[in-house]
Amino acid sequence: MPFSTTGGDRVWSAAGDPHSAIVAVVEVRDLRKEFGEVVAVDGVDLRSEEGEFLVLLGPSGCGKTTLLRMIAGLEQPTEGEIRIGGEDVSRLPPRARRIAMVFQSYALYPHMTVANNIAFPLKAQGMDPEARNEKVEWAAGLFGIEGLLQRRPRQLSGGERQRVALARALVREPTVFLLDEPLSNLDAKLRAAARDDLMEFQRRIGITTIYVTHDQVEAMGMGDRIAVMDHGRIRQLGTPEEVYHHPADVFVAQFLGSPPMNLLETPGFLFGFRPEQFLPEGVAADEGTRVPFTFHVNRIEYLGSERFLYGFIREYDETRVIAMLPATVTLPISIDQDHKFSVAKDQLRFFDYDDGAKIAPQPLMR
Amino acid sequence: MTSTTRQPRYLGDNPRFLAGLFMSPAVIYIIALVGFPFVLAIIYAFTDISTGNPDLEFVGLATFRRVLADPVFRDSLWNTFLFAVVANVLVVILATALAEILIRDFKGKWLVRFLVLLPWVAPVSLATITWLWTLDSIFSPIDWLLRQAGLITENMYWLGRPGTAMTSVIAVQAWRIVPLAAVIVLAGLIAIPKDITDAVAVDGAGFWRRMFQVTIPLLAPIIAVAVLFGVILTISDMSVVYVLTRGGPTNSTQVLSTWAFIKGIEGGALAQGAAVALFLLPVLIGITAVVLRLARRREVL
Amino acid sequence: MTESTTWAGTDVAALQRQADRRHRWGRFGLYAGAILFAFLAAFPFSWALISMFKESNDLYVKENNPFWFNESPTLEHLRLLFLETNYLTFIRNTVLVGLAVTAITLAVSLPAAYALARLRLRWGERMGIAIFLVYLIPPTLLFIPMTRVITSLGLQESLLSLILVYPTITIPISSWLLMGFFKGIPMDIEEQAMVDGHSRMGAIARVVLPLMFPGIIAVVVFAFTLASHEFIYALAFNKSSAVKTIATGVPTELVRGDVFFWQSLQGAVIMIAVPIALLFNAFLDRFISGFTMGAVKG
Repeated sequence: MPFSTTGGDRVWSAAGDPHSAIVAVVEVRDLRKEFGEVVAVDGVDLRSEEGEFLVLLGPSGCGKTTLLRMIAGLEQPTEGEIRIGGEDVSRLPPRARRIAMVFQSYALYPHMTVANNIAFPLKAQGMDPEARNEKVEWAAGLFGIEGLLQRRPRQLSGGERQRVALARALVREPTVFLLDEPLSNLDAKLRAAARDDLMEFQRRIGITTIYVTHDQVEAMGMGDRIAVMDHGRIRQLGTPEEVYHHPADVFVAQFLGSPPMNLLETPGFLFGFRPEQFLPEGVAADEGTRVPFTFHVNRIEYLGSERFLYGFIREYDETRVIAMLPATVTLPISIDQDHKFSVAKDQLRFFDYDDGAKIAPQPLMR
Repeated sequence: MTSTTRQPRYLGDNPRFLAGLFMSPAVIYIIALVGFPFVLAIIYAFTDISTGNPDLEFVGLATFRRVLADPVFRDSLWNTFLFAVVANVLVVILATALAEILIRDFKGKWLVRFLVLLPWVAPVSLATITWLWTLDSIFSPIDWLLRQAGLITENMYWLGRPGTAMTSVIAVQAWRIVPLAAVIVLAGLIAIPKDITDAVAVDGAGFWRRMFQVTIPLLAPIIAVAVLFGVILTISDMSVVYVLTRGGPTNSTQVLSTWAFIKGIEGGALAQGAAVALFLLPVLIGITAVVLRLARRREVL
Repeated sequence: MTESTTWAGTDVAALQRQADRRHRWGRFGLYAGAILFAFLAAFPFSWALISMFKESNDLYVKENNPFWFNESPTLEHLRLLFLETNYLTFIRNTVLVGLAVTAITLAVSLPAAYALARLRLRWGERMGIAIFLVYLIPPTLLFIPMTRVITSLGLQESLLSLILVYPTITIPISSWLLMGFFKGIPMDIEEQAMVDGHSRMGAIARVVLPLMFPGIIAVVVFAFTLASHEFIYALAFNKSSAVKTIATGVPTELVRGDVFFWQSLQGAVIMIAVPIALLFNAFLDRFISGFTMGAVKG
């Protein structure tokens, strides 16, 4: 397999640091993991780009963490192959895989100082103390935690812990970076800042990163590409725009977006549209290319920046749908009445009736 | 619930009344049957009470002087210390190793666990009897194996000679405490977060580095608990020594507990027996201090 | 396969071989260790198991292979044990003591543990530690005055002596253990019951106690373990055969003059040890989680 190393010359630190990142492609072929009767990962094929931020997104129990742990070498695949930088590493132990991993709890060693935490992987490599100290200071400098080196983990804030965990992961100069829901233990306010930190660092280093989350906002905001998983399979792999606007199947359509895509049933197929595309007549500009529906509104939620309208569409078996109107649409809507709403033709998505997969646009019978 | 100024209407809902009611049986029981005998033990040691002379007549430190003058007592004191230290060093090492084995999955684990638990769950005196028979002077199967291997020609008389008798007593003590200590350490191992174990694997630490730089430091408090139980069991237990050697040959394996029993119960010299047993008290106070320390450390961690 | 900078200068196949080798050694060490420990732990018991079925004129021949039945095995020694010794009496005594001690311990420890865990006593924390410390005072320190106490109460040579004294050991540890279990039951559940109109006592009886079942089982196990293990008090208080427990009866009674009934004696040990070990094995995981719970919450 041809493998280029253009990323190999990249410099880790903007400040002209001599350490350069080697960027590897992670590739997974026909990977399968069974825990007894349970199939956690069911034949996954996946290939990262160099230096990409790839997000594994899915509901809990979809197999995303198991997939990540197999890439790390913490779980043995039942079948299939894992390649890092072109080599089959399926049977290598984690320490030999040139990967780093940040855990959900950060897994800092509670009995060691920050400095010893960061130095631990280097000690395991047998690096001599002088070079080790230099490395530790460099990694600490990268994350601005030089002042914390003599503290113990329990004396750190959540954000500081994340930085220490990142420094510890990075100090070995891995070629792939694996993160397992690293933000889920932080409270909402810290989480935004920690996310910025993480993004900023990843852009600067340019290291291939695989990030597991169940939070679609994180996934959309951070990922170069997102692999949406369910029941051990990848349902769709694409950029945030692709998975949001062109979902590959009904699962992706309904998993992404809050509220999810409205789905309607019509003889022969399913079709759907996003709540924010469902607008009252007269609001949208392109009247000629829009498909009209009769929307009966039951209930309205005001959320400040937008309005959620709950109701059903008369033409389609009274299926429940939601409309989301931005605050800029001030048109009065009254409850328990029919309203004329419409969706732009190119915003309608069509799915197979049986397996839910995306299909070509179909004419809507009126 | 209710305001502090008003008493709840039902006595049963009054926490302070309930606390007193609930605590008193335990407190009374313990004071009557631990506190009182404890004080009595101290009083006895300053009298010369015996089964023949049951009057409490204070003799000051005379009893202690008599006890201390007895070379058997000094041997017992030394043996108690030696047995506790050596047995518990063995216990810590073996129990940590055993816990590391039992936390892993392997074929036949159920059977191994069953067999390994036997020395601990069998009543001590009965378990010791199997050793008494295993170390029999004539029919010991160990001796038979050694004879077959050509290593010895005469039997070892394990329990008949001071050196081997002491080794045997220590080994049997360690043998029966290891399972308990291993279970305690195992509980500690299970409580180590999985993320930490995984991080160690990703960070590239091998078996020994993981063991000595992560596992053992993290387990230090719980290993201390195991040692604590081990020390209390070894210094206060008399069944192993009593069943195996009765302190013999010629008092070479005598410990404080057996000596107190032989003096106080079998010999009827209650005051001397109590004085001998009291020498365990400083050790116990020392251990207590360690426990309290640990309890405080755990809160900090 | 194209070389890449990721693995520049590294022989991945060699890494793999090294990993495989380490894995094999690891598994080998694991099995070797497991077998060694099992062997060391079980050795005297296996010798006991063989001995109990041996004919005397097979067993008592120094040059006979001790691990082999040189003559056909016999059940004679077990018959002797059950029918001609007080073995069954010892077992019955042990069970009686265990039952009575369980009852007293639960009656005293459950309320104490509840008070320590729930009633926010001013001295609660210290009281908890003090109760645990009582457990550290061993019988060795107390058996001489205790013998006098028992004698003056007229309880010597009776099971009542053990029934009275054993709770001094079980109450402290059980209170401490049960306190952990009580803390493991959310206060909300109890408060919900009180809001629903039960008195505190009603809430305890109807809602809390049923959830304490695992803790109560632990106390039962502990009381029976003590009744079958305890040696020093049992030896000091009771000297007649009819009131001995297995711990003192088996080692002191199965002797004729100066000669042990070795086979019956080993049979007596095996018949007790194996069922108890099976029981403990079944409960071990529970026990471990109970221990960590006590340690974490206590």
